[in-house]
Amino acid sequence: MIPLSHYLILGAILFAISIVGIFLNRKNVVILLMAIELLLLAVNLNFVAFSYYLNDIAGQVFVFFILTVAAAEAAIGLAILIVLFRSRQTINVEELDALKG
Amino acid sequence: MTLLQTAFYVFSAILVFAAMMVVTIRNPVKSALFLVLAFFSAACIWITLQAEFLAIVLVLVYVGAVMVLFLFVVMMLDIDLARLRAGFTRYLPIGSLIAALLVVEIALVLYGSFGAGEYSPPADPGAGYSNSKELGGQLYTHYVFAFEIAALILLVAIIAAIALTMRRRPETKYINPGEQVLVKREDRLRIVKMKPETPSSNDREPQ
Repeated sequence: MIPLSHYLILGAILFAISIVGIFLNRKNVVILLMAIELLLLAVNLNFVAFSYYLNDIAGQVFVFFILTVAAAEAAIGLAILIVLFRSRQTINVEELDALKG
Repeated sequence: MTLLQTAFYVFSAILVFAAMMVVTIRNPVKSALFLVLAFFSAACIWITLQAEFLAIVLVLVYVGAVMVLFLFVVMMLDIDLARLRAGFTRYLPIGSLIAALLVVEIALVLYGSFGAGEYSPPADPGAGYSNSKELGGQLYTHYVFAFEIAALILLVAIIAAIALTMRRRPETKYINPGEQVLVKREDRLRIVKMKPETPSSNDREPQ
């Protein structure tokens, strides 16, 4: 039998890898979106593991909704990316300074 | 080591490897393909947790729809990779250091409180148990309002994605169906009143 902590540590490793991915690829919006998907996957893994070990289906219902929202987020994010590339001819985050933030 | 444990550790190793490749590989297309591999191994791990429905949904929705969308977008955009990769190696050591620290800290906390002694897996529910059936029963009874809101979110996402990417291109010729339907006879046809003309000698065909 696999202890619950192994699933949680796997989730933590995935989370850390995605955080580092956001640090390293902070100029490329496509990779940033992929890293966000990985972050959500790590969170979902924790939810499913707890749902199994606590014998409670609510965790899986939550994962279902997270998947829905993540799919919507990816679709809108990629649409924004397309519009951005059409108007600026780049997806480099450093050049997106029109708001002077 | 049982079969379940072997499967879990093998799929975990593949998942961690694929996740690392996603964030470090140079080519975004390969990165998207490694993300597909990561989602597949995550789905396999969810099956070891007896969450079959979510595992199938992960493969169908994520690999089947979202990742194909990613691949489409990555291949459509003409990205200057060299400029986007600038500064990558400079931040690699500090980034990996922070990741290692994060994992070690979380692992220290987790080993104390979520080990094998505190949480044991539940008893086998038997052959007739269906994860999809139970999830569906919960979704359509307790969480039906949230379910409707999720449907609304998907609708908003569809409309937003279409509205964002749609554009009028003046150079293309197209027909406006609304104007086409509203057209009247008077717009197209003009009836002219005139006297009847008698055929003159020049117009007559030679016999």
